[in-house]
Amino acid sequence: MRENWKSRKGFIFAAAGAAIGLGNLWRFPFQAYKNGGGAFLLPYFVALITCAIPLMIMEYAFGRKIRGGSVKAFASLKKNLEIIGWIQVMVPIVVMTYYCAIIAVSVVFMVFSLGHAFGIINWLSNPGPIMGIVTGSAKNALDLGAGMSIYILIAVIGVWICNWLIVRKGISGGIEKMSMIFTPLLMILMIIFMINAVRLNGASIGLEALFKPDFSKILDPSIWVSAYAQVFFSTTLAVGVMIAYGSYLDDKADIVNSAIITVGTDSCFDLIAGVLVFSTLGYLVNSTGAEFTSYGTGAGVAFIAFPTAISTMSTNIVVQGLLGFLFFFCLFIAGLSSSISMLESFATAALDKFDVSRKKLVSIISIVGFCGSACFASYAGFNFILDIVDAYVANIVIAGLGLVEVILISYIYGTSKLREEANAFSDFRIGKWWDYLLRYFTPLLLGAVVITNLFNIITELLNKDMVGIVSNIVFGWGIVVIMIGVSFVFYKKKWTANSQTVATILDDNEDNVDI
Amino acid sequence: MSTSAILMMIIGCGTIWGGTVIAILIGLAVEKKNLKNLKNKK
Repeated sequence: MRENWKSRKGFIFAAAGAAIGLGNLWRFPFQAYKNGGGAFLLPYFVALITCAIPLMIMEYAFGRKIRGGSVKAFASLKKNLEIIGWIQVMVPIVVMTYYCAIIAVSVVFMVFSLGHAFGIINWLSNPGPIMGIVTGSAKNALDLGAGMSIYILIAVIGVWICNWLIVRKGISGGIEKMSMIFTPLLMILMIIFMINAVRLNGASIGLEALFKPDFSKILDPSIWVSAYAQVFFSTTLAVGVMIAYGSYLDDKADIVNSAIITVGTDSCFDLIAGVLVFSTLGYLVNSTGAEFTSYGTGAGVAFIAFPTAISTMSTNIVVQGLLGFLFFFCLFIAGLSSSISMLESFATAALDKFDVSRKKLVSIISIVGFCGSACFASYAGFNFILDIVDAYVANIVIAGLGLVEVILISYIYGTSKLREEANAFSDFRIGKWWDYLLRYFTPLLLGAVVITNLFNIITELLNKDMVGIVSNIVFGWGIVVIMIGVSFVFYKKKWTANSQTVATILDDNEDNVDI
Repeated sequence: MSTSAILMMIIGCGTIWGGTVIAILIGLAVEKKNLKNLKNKK
């Protein structure tokens, strides 16, 4: 029998934990900074209401209706569409391979922070050289002989063991239990860090840079596309996670309010991260004369700017080390709660189709996933290939899948039927406006995100040298082709589990088309 | 900090944080009411 979430709280914590990830910490703050500061909040709110919340409701409602992951969900629309479901759940597996390598760096820095507290290694004041030792260096993405980081490799083993231990225990026994502890703990720790950051000298310089509105940019379409891309990527939509989580919901679960709370919690974290990052950067600008983008606009902010700031907050090395440990522990749990959701997305889909035990399946995926992560422990992998794979898979494929998903579900299954499902036991009832959003507005804006990202990636590719072009084709388009190929292999395999149930769903949905 | 930046910070954080807290409170209140109804039925 299919298990359910034991409590609503457990489901919301798990879904919020899945949505809140490492990207929240640096993506939102710099998107706002680059796109009009406080003025960016207007398109951001509009995007939350017109894209993130409607799509979240759609994924929860459809997952619960089908009682299955993406593969079963798309197969129930039309047999041939099953392949879209497989591509959708292949994405989190590919993302996990490099995501676990970034979580591994947090683990390494947690250990180094403890070393700092015990006086073994003094690194927080100057994290650059340590970052260099941990991540190494390579000439380019094709410099595969540059070496491998033993630190990342060992930590990656630990991260995959954590993923394996949690997901093999299932929804209520593993993911729900772990999320009930980690998600609130993460929120509390981040709020403490934020309050501490706001008290720093120069924090107001950072907050001024983040929130000062430049309303002249509000009419620029690229800001609206950035806001839609931000809320879409931040909420882990279109990768099968929320459909899988929705499939374990009770028949009487409140879908609409749960979707609002999940998206709201993720946005709360976006703003907490914005205040935390820019207060800290303001402090560094004030005390060291650095610029807001001196530490880059990505992971460098977490791994270089924060250790530097922590080292100046106290002269006591024990306090510095413990603060560093807590900060990287936050990164670790933010990353882990997202990575288990990605693993579950594939596991739910595969368990729907194949007659295999969860423990065996999760073990196989973990071994394969670890091998993928080991590639990103190489110097070339971590410093170059990671960015290429991320740009193609996370930016192009996910947005494309979101567009396909919203069109197929709203036009084949029908938004009115899904709206009734979602409204059945909800505190807030959604009206017809939701149908129009999903049928016309959201596809239009997601289409704009896909076209913009594709245009950017092609223009950037044409401006690269030969090594850049080859590495983008091999590791960017190559990974996309491999993903589609593997999805096709899974698609061609026979249904060995619940085949009767799937056949029934397929028959029931023969007359579902309501275009 | 300039007034416009302070205003945007208050409006932005207030709307998101406040809205989420209200959604959580409504969810909790309804759940409590449902539990009470269930108890009364029993």
